[in-house]
Amino acid sequence: MTAEAPGAVTTPAPSTPGPRHTTATDLGWLIRDAWTVTKRNLIGYTRIPEAMFFSSVQPIMFVLLFRYVFAGAIHTPGFNYVDFLMPGIFVQSVAFGAVGTSIGLAEDLQKGIIERFRALPMARSAVLAGRTTADLVRNVFVMLLMLGVGFLVGYRVHTGIAQFLGGALLVLAFAYCLSWGFAVIGMAAPNSETAQVMSFPVLFPFTFASSAFVPVQTMPGWLQGFAVNQPVSKVVNAARDLMSGHVPGVSSATATWEAVVWTAGMLAVFAPLAVWKYRSRI
Amino acid sequence: MTDAVEAEHLVKSFKGSVRALDGLSFAVRAGSVFGLLGPNGAGKTTAVRILTTILTPDGGTARVLGHDVITEARTVRGLIGLAGQYAAVDENLTGRENLDMVGSLNHLPRPAYRQRTRELLVQFQLDDAGDRPLKTYSGGMRRRLDVAAALVARPAMLFLDEPTTGLDPASRSALWIAVEELVSQGTTVLLTTQYMEEADRLAHEIAVVDHGTVIALGTPARLKAQMGATVLDIGLAGAADAAHTTELLRSTGRSGAARVGDSVELGVDDGPRAAIEILRLLDQAGIEPHRFTLREPTLDDVFLSLTGNPTADDGLAGADPDRGSFDRQRSGDRGSAPGSGRGARRSRRQARRGAGHG
Ligand SMILES: Nc1ncnc2c1ncn2[C@@H]1O[C@H](COP(=O)(O)OP(=O)(O)OP(=O)(O)O)[C@@H](O)[C@H]1O
Ligand SMILES: [Mg+2]
Repeated sequence: MTAEAPGAVTTPAPSTPGPRHTTATDLGWLIRDAWTVTKRNLIGYTRIPEAMFFSSVQPIMFVLLFRYVFAGAIHTPGFNYVDFLMPGIFVQSVAFGAVGTSIGLAEDLQKGIIERFRALPMARSAVLAGRTTADLVRNVFVMLLMLGVGFLVGYRVHTGIAQFLGGALLVLAFAYCLSWGFAVIGMAAPNSETAQVMSFPVLFPFTFASSAFVPVQTMPGWLQGFAVNQPVSKVVNAARDLMSGHVPGVSSATATWEAVVWTAGMLAVFAPLAVWKYRSRI
Repeated sequence: MTDAVEAEHLVKSFKGSVRALDGLSFAVRAGSVFGLLGPNGAGKTTAVRILTTILTPDGGTARVLGHDVITEARTVRGLIGLAGQYAAVDENLTGRENLDMVGSLNHLPRPAYRQRTRELLVQFQLDDAGDRPLKTYSGGMRRRLDVAAALVARPAMLFLDEPTTGLDPASRSALWIAVEELVSQGTTVLLTTQYMEEADRLAHEIAVVDHGTVIALGTPARLKAQMGATVLDIGLAGAADAAHTTELLRSTGRSGAARVGDSVELGVDDGPRAAIEILRLLDQAGIEPHRFTLREPTLDDVFLSLTGNPTADDGLAGADPDRGSFDRQRSGDRGSAPGSGRGARRSRRQARRGAGHG
C-alpha cells in the first residue's frame, strides 16, 4: 500500500469508538445504505438479461391467453373483457414480480454475501429495504410493459388521467408491500429454489381465486367468501375502478380505501417480521 | 489496553450438532498477528464469526478493540475488516463495483472509497480485471477480491479466515507481504490457516484449537521447541511395520512417536543418541527402515502431535455437512489414546467420542 487517501487510518486508534461514523441520523444511513444495496441489486438484474427477458415473456403470455383464449367464455357486465382484464393482469404481474424478493434474498443468504453485510457497520434493515426497492423498480418496468401490451390488444382507459395514475401507484404500492411478505419467505427458505417453490403456492390461490380474471359471482359460494374478501381482489377492484371505469356495486371511495388499508396493513405486518427474521437467522 | 481481542470462555452449539466452541479463550495483542490453527471442524470459523458479530455466542464474552461484540456490535463492525472462509462477493458485479459497494456500506465518502478501490485493485493485481463481472474471475481472483474487500475501510483489526486457501504461490506470498505491511502500519490481524508455513511466517503467536478449545498457545518458536530439538523421521516398508515401530518406541518410553501412513515421526532432544538407540532397537526387531532422517521441527509436527491430524488436508471441507475431519491416524504424545480410530475415517462426533479428548 503506497498512496494514502486523505484522513486514512494509518495507525489504529483502538479506544476511539466507531471512527467511521460521522454524525448523521440513523434514518439517513438507512436510506443511504438501502440505496447502495438497491443499486447493487439493479445492476445484478441487468447482468442477467436472459432472466429479464423471460420474466417479461410470462406476463405477456397471460395477457394473450386471457385476451384471446378465455375472453369469449367470460362475461363481464359493464366492461369489455379486455378493460376488465388489464387491471387484473397488472396486479398479477407485479405480484409475480414480488416473488423475486424471496428468491433474491434466499440466494444472497446462500451465496454468503449477507455474511459480509452482517459484519459491516451498515443499517440492518438496508439489506431488505434495498432488495424490496430494487424489486419495486423492476415492477415499474413490468407495469410499463404490461400497459404497452394492453394498449396493443385493445385496452383503453375510461377514466381520468389522475385516476389512472392513482391506480398505477396503488398497484405498485401493493407489490412493494407484498415484497416484504416474500422477504419473510426468502429469509426462511434454505435456498433459492426452495424459496421459489415456497412462494408460488402462497401466490396462486390469491391471484386466481380473485376478481382479477373473472367476476367472483361466477365462483361457487364457498369460494366467493374468500375471493371477495382477500387483498388481491380488493386491490384489483380498486385498480379496475381507477384505471378502466367504475365498477358497479361499490363506491369508488370505498374500493380505494379498502385497498389502501390492506396494502398498508401488509407492510405493517411483514416488514417488522422480515427484519426480525433477518436479525435472528443463524 | 494492549489486547485487541479478548475472548473468554466462548461457547457455541449449533442445533442438533456438536459444540463448535467449548470454552474458547485467547487474547490477541494489539499490533500483532495471531494465528488460529486447528483441524477441520475445530471451531476456527465459528470463533471468527462470533468475533465479527455475525454470530452470537451461547456463553462467554468477547471484546474487540475494547468493545463487546454483543452489546456494542455496531461499533465493532465499524472497526473491523473480515475476509471469511468462503468468498462473500457479488457474482454479478464487477470487482470495482464490489469494492465500491463495501466502501459505501462502510460509510466512507464517495471520493475516498473510489480512490481506495483503485488502490486495492492495483495492490491485488486485479486492475486489469476490475471492470469485469466476477462470474469471469478464477477462484483465486475471487479470493483476492474478497481479501481486498476486507481492507477497504483500513480496519484497525483484520480477520482473515483461511485467506490463502486456493491461491497460487505468487498470490500467496503477495498476500503475506500485504499483511506484513498492514501490521507494520499498526493493524492487528487474526488469521486462521491450514498452512503451517503461513502461520510460521506471519504469526507472532499461535493458538492451536481442537474441539472448540485452545490446546496449545505460544510463539511459533516456543511451540516448535516443545517438540524437541529435532524430529526423527523413519520411513518403513508398510503400515504394519510403521504401527509395529510406533508401539516399539512407545514401549521404550518414547511416547511421542506418531505414525503417518508408512512412516513414523518422533520429536527428540537427544538426536544422535536417540538415533543410535532406535536403529539398534529396529535391528533387533528385524525391521528395516528405508529412510532415517533427523530434521528441524516444523509447525506441522507440532500440529500433528497435538491434534493427531494431518494438516492442509482440507480437500473435503465443504463437501461433508459435518465437515468430517480426517481421522486421527496417529496418536499424539499427549493426545488421544493409542489406537483410537486408526485407519478409517469417521465423523467428527464419533472421533471425539472415541478419542476421549480432555
Ligand atoms: N451453521 C452451522 N450449523 C451447524 N453446525 C455448524 C455450523 N457451522 C459450523 N458448524 C459445526 O461446528 C463445528 C465447527 O465448525 P467451524 O466451521 O468453526 O470449523 P473450522 O475450524 O473453521 O473448520 P475448517 O478448517 O474446516 O474450516 C463443526 O463441527 C461444524 O460442523
Ligand atoms: Mg473454517
